[in-house]
Amino acid sequence: MNFGNGPRGSDVLVIGAGVVGAATAYFAAQQGLSVTVLDKGLPASGTSSACEGNILVSDKELGPELELTRYSLDVWHNDLAEHKKLWEFESKGGIIVASRESSLASLNRVMAVQKGFGVDVEELDQAALREAEPHISREALGGASYREDCQVQPMLVAAHLVRLATEAGARFIAGTPVTGFMRDGAGRDGGRVTGVRTPRGDFPAGAVVNCTGTWAGELAAMAGVEVPVLPRRGFVMVTEPLPPMVHHKVYAAEYIDNVGSSDAGLQASPVVEGTPSGTILIGSTRERVGFDRTVSTAALGLLARNATALFPFLERVKAIRHYHGFRPYCPDHLPVIGHDDRAPGLWHAAGHEGAGIGLSAGTGKLLAQALAGLTPDMDLTPFAPARFGEASPQTASREEATA
Amino acid sequence: MSVTVDVAVVGAGPAGLAAAVAAAEAGARVAVVDAGNQPGGQFWRHAPETVRPEPDGHGHHGWSTYLDLRARFDAAQRAGRITYLPGLQVWMAEPGFTLHTTAAVAPAGAVPVAVTADRLVLCPGGYDRQLPVPGWDLPGVMAAGGIQAFIKANGALPGKRFIIAGTGPFLLPVAAGIAEAGGEVLAVLESSSPSAWLPHLRAASGVPGKALEGAEYAAVFARHRIPYRTRSIVTEVLGSGRAEGVRTARVDADGRARPGTGRVYADVDVVGFGWGFTPQLELPVSLGVDTRLDADGSLVGVVDERQQSSVPGVYLAGEVTGVGGAALAVLEGLAAGAAAARPDSGVPVKQPAAIVRHRRFAQAMHQAHPVPAAWQDWLTPDTTVCRCEEVTAGDITEAREELGARDVRSLKSFTRAGMGWCQGRVCGFAAACLGAGPGEAPDAGSLAASAKRPLAAPVGIGELAALD
Repeated sequence: MNFGNGPRGSDVLVIGAGVVGAATAYFAAQQGLSVTVLDKGLPASGTSSACEGNILVSDKELGPELELTRYSLDVWHNDLAEHKKLWEFESKGGIIVASRESSLASLNRVMAVQKGFGVDVEELDQAALREAEPHISREALGGASYREDCQVQPMLVAAHLVRLATEAGARFIAGTPVTGFMRDGAGRDGGRVTGVRTPRGDFPAGAVVNCTGTWAGELAAMAGVEVPVLPRRGFVMVTEPLPPMVHHKVYAAEYIDNVGSSDAGLQASPVVEGTPSGTILIGSTRERVGFDRTVSTAALGLLARNATALFPFLERVKAIRHYHGFRPYCPDHLPVIGHDDRAPGLWHAAGHEGAGIGLSAGTGKLLAQALAGLTPDMDLTPFAPARFGEASPQTASREEATA
Repeated sequence: MSVTVDVAVVGAGPAGLAAAVAAAEAGARVAVVDAGNQPGGQFWRHAPETVRPEPDGHGHHGWSTYLDLRARFDAAQRAGRITYLPGLQVWMAEPGFTLHTTAAVAPAGAVPVAVTADRLVLCPGGYDRQLPVPGWDLPGVMAAGGIQAFIKANGALPGKRFIIAGTGPFLLPVAAGIAEAGGEVLAVLESSSPSAWLPHLRAASGVPGKALEGAEYAAVFARHRIPYRTRSIVTEVLGSGRAEGVRTARVDADGRARPGTGRVYADVDVVGFGWGFTPQLELPVSLGVDTRLDADGSLVGVVDERQQSSVPGVYLAGEVTGVGGAALAVLEGLAAGAAAARPDSGVPVKQPAAIVRHRRFAQAMHQAHPVPAAWQDWLTPDTTVCRCEEVTAGDITEAREELGARDVRSLKSFTRAGMGWCQGRVCGFAAACLGAGPGEAPDAGSLAASAKRPLAAPVGIGELAALD
């Protein structure tokens, strides 16, 4: 395909300049495709700017999610190795801490299984834990160390990947919301997606990739297909800058249970980590409250109690800011990656929940391979958009067919 | 501890004091939360009353207004109508309304109180607006208002030889206060020109008190032989380890330094900068109050003729509605307090003519003393812009040009400007200008992003842990 000759056309049009869109654009440009990236705001204006920058192996479910995580980790370490400094890549390692006998027992069971799947995890007894994290609570009984867990500054990842993509020939246009899709009119659902409509005019493209995170469902609905991406709110608190006190990403053992949970109520498990700037991030709550932006004192209180239980010294430290974001999640807790057979020409890369930063690199590379007509390094079938069923003809009929 | 009242007032400066008095005298139960230890705010800051029980008001303007408000405030407190909560900062205002407080930074020790109220009058005031210049991060460089506060609180000077620079009439009382306290002011450098006043004389003449103040300062300047240099700026603060001197220049109408006009002042102890004021908007913004750009380029809250904001029950008075000085703040506070005490009186209110006059005067003042359009030219790539996070002008230019950071929000993300201890209170305006680009003024959206601080003050994690 070649849509790159017209002034507005391109082989690939990426909607959304968060980390996932940025990585997709970057790798598509590397494949020699002509790429246009549109964002309704600036790069990293959505969930990418309201998270902790995690690249985690420790919290992944066995199966396709873990497989994609390991693939992505490889992309971060190899394909993107030369750019690590641009986004403050840190191989800091994660530590899961158990403070009760029962959680220690479950942690040990999880570790045994993960080891069987090749995860680099090491058991820490109380002394080893204290050596790794000298300020950890006296109550902590033991833990597990995940050396592969890393961290990046996610806004810098998105902004630099967009910049690198443009240096490789891609075009980025900020402040351009997509208001509809161009269709070729053939077929029962309006036909092939041939581009997007925006207030700045139409942008034709051979392939349109929906990388709009929590808004992915809305975008998909404009094309008459259902992609059930829902928001799950999370609060993160930031402390005043301190000398290094917390050396790894430190979680409580309950963290793993909450990640996979579909409970709507307020949950939180402590995730405490230092950053290169000296601040300590305290995360994070999980709530299904839609896009509610009301600050919740209940959430702040819960975060503070959990964090001080893990690191008692935090009680005397001041918080200087907090923020919240909306993790885009699908009901089966797997992202949506690949071509949407229900709306030919439309692709999705969204719904990575709390793992979007970590999974973005792998997602972008695999999708770029598929967009270039190659066989992706990893089978994308488990992430196929069509798993959510047929298009709703009612929604589709509202869309304007264009020739 | 918690308190429930009809009207909660935040701030006890000119606006807050007036609002509290007016609301209490109209029959409301009032709570006043203030970071200071005694009423007066920055404008009427005075030595601790525990040390000097009867301050004489030396060096203060409108001291008789203060004494009158203070007497009424004390009487209402004795009558149980005002609950005064000093030494506390509000870190969060919840809709409906609940104010969560924490002990102010200095002196700590006040016990946090949660204040529940049907109506709020927010009078948080403002602070000196700063523009970076090479060397401004050296010790010995202060905000002009910081020098004044130092003198008012301590009755002593932070140094011996001073340079005061920036723009606006506020530079005059700062320099006069230094001279009266025995300091030597080598020069006051005003970037604007006196002729800038001419088109605005009519507005100025509506507020005769201001002319009187001006005459007083002129007398002080003459008595102490303080050189007042217009169309002049500090282009660099000189010194190794601390401020020791300044390099100055004459500027054109846009604030561009004119070649060959450079001059050095040596043996300087303190350099004070004041580029107008930034209203403290985090509480109004967190409650969703509509904002606008004022004539001085600051983001301010929008109010109606009763001082009510776009959020029902939230009233604003003082610098948060537009920088206009203490006399206007008192008038607004009186109006806001009375309206908040009787929100349903139903009588259409005509805005007091005095408020209209003072606002007109303030607008004229802002137009005569703009932030120079070309101020970004003064910077070198290694000039620090965000002191907390040590972010330079070069870092910001790079983020703007290579990563497309056009607003404060993305600048924060990409450079950490405004992410440190002060949360952009000092560098926010400058960063917003730099994001907009050379010669550009920031738009309201970018300034709103800078004013948005979900924690309005730092708060202990131990205190947060006690929340349910």
